[in-house]
Amino acid sequence: QDWFKTETSSGASSIRIAVADFKPLSTDPQTSPFKHTFDTTLYNDLANAGIFDVVSKSLQPQSTPGAPAEISLAQWAAAPSSAAMVAFGGFSVQNGRIICNGYLFDAKNTQYPQVLAKQYNEAASDDSARQVAHRFADEIIFRLGGGTPGIAESKIYYVKIAGGTKEIWAMDYDGANQHPITHLGTVSISPRISPDNSRLAFSSLGKHGFQIRMYSLLLNRMVNFPESGGTNISPAWSPDGNNVAYSSSRTGDPEIWISDANGSLARRITSFRGPDVSPVYNPKTSSQIAWVSGRTGLPQIYIMDADGSAVQRMTDGGYASSPSWSPNGQFIAFAWNRKYGPGAPGGQDIYVMEVATKRWIQLTHDQGPCDFPSWSPDGRHIVYASSANGRTAQNKIWTMLADGTQKHALTGAGADMPNWSWK
Amino acid sequence: CHKKHSGVNPNSLGPGPAETGAAPTATITADPTAIDLGQSVVLNWRTENATSVTIDGIGPVNANGTQTVSPSTSTNFHLTAKGDGGTTEANVRVTVRVPEAPTVPSNENGDMGSDEVFHQNVKDVFFDYDSYDLRPDAQSSISQAASYLQAHPAIKVVIGGYCDDRGSAEYNLALGENRANSARTALVNAGVAASRLRVISYGKEKQFCTEENENCWQQNRRAQFSLDR
Repeated sequence: QDWFKTETSSGASSIRIAVADFKPLSTDPQTSPFKHTFDTTLYNDLANAGIFDVVSKSLQPQSTPGAPAEISLAQWAAAPSSAAMVAFGGFSVQNGRIICNGYLFDAKNTQYPQVLAKQYNEAASDDSARQVAHRFADEIIFRLGGGTPGIAESKIYYVKIAGGTKEIWAMDYDGANQHPITHLGTVSISPRISPDNSRLAFSSLGKHGFQIRMYSLLLNRMVNFPESGGTNISPAWSPDGNNVAYSSSRTGDPEIWISDANGSLARRITSFRGPDVSPVYNPKTSSQIAWVSGRTGLPQIYIMDADGSAVQRMTDGGYASSPSWSPNGQFIAFAWNRKYGPGAPGGQDIYVMEVATKRWIQLTHDQGPCDFPSWSPDGRHIVYASSANGRTAQNKIWTMLADGTQKHALTGAGADMPNWSWK
Repeated sequence: CHKKHSGVNPNSLGPGPAETGAAPTATITADPTAIDLGQSVVLNWRTENATSVTIDGIGPVNANGTQTVSPSTSTNFHLTAKGDGGTTEANVRVTVRVPEAPTVPSNENGDMGSDEVFHQNVKDVFFDYDSYDLRPDAQSSISQAASYLQAHPAIKVVIGGYCDDRGSAEYNLALGENRANSARTALVNAGVAASRLRVISYGKEKQFCTEENENCWQQNRRAQFSLDR
C-alpha cells in the first residue's frame, strides 16, 4: 500500500544529542539517589522523544561538567560520541530542596554554544526529581523539536483490571508512578481526560446499567453527571472542554449524543439502527466527530460534522473500532480486524488512516489482539492495549512511535483502554 | 596448668562425626501471591544440604530455582527437601481470583413467584455472532414467555444484554443493548406492557463462561431474563 508521512518521520532528521550525568553539587546523602532518578528519567525522556539520536552513555566522555565553564565541547563533539547537542548541569539537595541547573549546549557553535539554561528548585522527593527531569526534557524537546511541546509531563489514564472489578488508574507517560484514581468497586471503563486536565469522564456500571460518570482531579472526588435512561458509554471531550459526546440508548437504540460538560442540554446527532458508539472529536477543528457504527452489520469507522451532517464512511470492511484522532487532525488511529469472520481467530491490529485520502498503514503485527489506540499530545507516539493470548484480563498497555517503531510495554498484565492527556 | 599427655583432649576433636549430616533448610516464595485466572506466578525456592527436592504438582526440581506457573485454582505449593540430615518442608499459598459468573439475585417468593418457575417459562434468548436479530428459536420462546407474563401481571422483568469475549469492549456494550432491546420489543409486540420491562447491557464485561470456543461464545451471546425485585 502507499506510504505517507506520519508526524515522526517528517521534519528535521534526528539530532544527535549526548545526555551527561549531572554533577552532584552537595554532600547531602539524598543527593545521589535523587540524582540517579533525575539522570535516568532525563535520558529516557530524550530517548523516547522520537526526534533524537541519543548517544549511549558508554560512548560519551565520563566527565560530569556542572556548569558552562567546566565543559570542554570539543571532547563531546569528538568521536565516538560526536554529539551535536550536549545536555549537562549540576544537581544537589540542600536542606530539603532539589536545586538543579540544566544547560543545553550546541557543540557545533563553539563561540556561543548555550542554547538554553534552566534552573529548578523543588521540595526534595524521588517524584519531584522525576518531574524536574520531565520539565527539563520538555524544554529541550520544545526547543529542538521545531516548536512542538514535549510529552514528558503528560499522563496516561487507563483501566486497571483486578478480579471482577475495573477501576480507573493514572500513570506518567513512561509508565512510572502508576496509581489509582477511582475506588468505586464496580466495572469502570473508557476513561477520557478533559483538555485542561481538570476532569476525568468515564463510564461505570451502576444499578441502572452503565452511566457516564465524572471525577474532578482538582477536588479529588466524584462530581455530578446526571444519569439518563439506557446504556450510556464511551464519553469524549470536545477540544474546548465545553461539551461531552457519548453513546446513549435512552431512545432504545444506541446513538451519539452531545451534552455540555455538566451533562445537561443533551441532544442526539445520529439516527441509525444498530450500535453507534466510541465518538472522538477532531482535536484540531472540534467541528468533526469520528465514531463506530454497526448500521451495515460489522462495526465500521465513520466521520461526520459535529451537528450530525456530512456522514462519511472511512473503513471498507472487517471489524473496525476505537478511533483516536491525531492532534494535527490529519490521521485517525483505530483497531481493525480486516479478515473478521464467524469463529475465525481474526488478528485485531492498530492502523493509522489519513483522513483526507483514506490511505492507511498497519502499525502492529502478530502481537495478539491490539485495541484502544490513543495519540500523544505531540502526535509522535501512540499508546494502545494488547494481550499476547487475547484474554482481556491479560491486557498490557504498550507504547510506540507513530510509525510503529520502538514498541515497549508500560505496564504489567491487567491494564486496558489507555487515554493520553491532551498536554 | 599441667595437662595430662596421654589421651587427646576430646574437645579439640570438634563436633563428633555426626552419624547424620546437617538438617536441610528450605524456603519457597511466590510472586505475586494473588492473581486473576489465567495470570502467571513466579515460584522461587532455596534449599541447603538437600539431596533431593520435590514440589507437589511440579515433581522433582533442582536444589535452587525458579518456575513460572499459571494455576487455574488457588493452590498450596508444597516443597519437600530430603537430605541425609532428614527432610524439611516449606510451602506457599497462591490465591487465584476467578471472575464469578453473574448470579441472578436470589429472592424469596414475592408475589412474582419463584425463580425456578419464572425461568422455566421465560427462557433466555440467544443470538448469532455480531447480530441482534431474534432467531426462529428465540421467537418461539418469546411467545411462550409473553403468554406467561400476561398470565402473571405482577411480574416485572429486567433484561440483561450480553456479548461474547471477542470484539471491542465499547462496541459490545452497544450491541448488548440492541440485543436486550430486541427481546424487549418482541415481548411488547406480543402484548406485554413496556413499563414492566427494564433493560441493562453488560456487553462482554460479565461472562457466563470463559473458554475460547464457539460453545462458550454462544453461551455469552444472549439476552438474560430475570425477576426485577
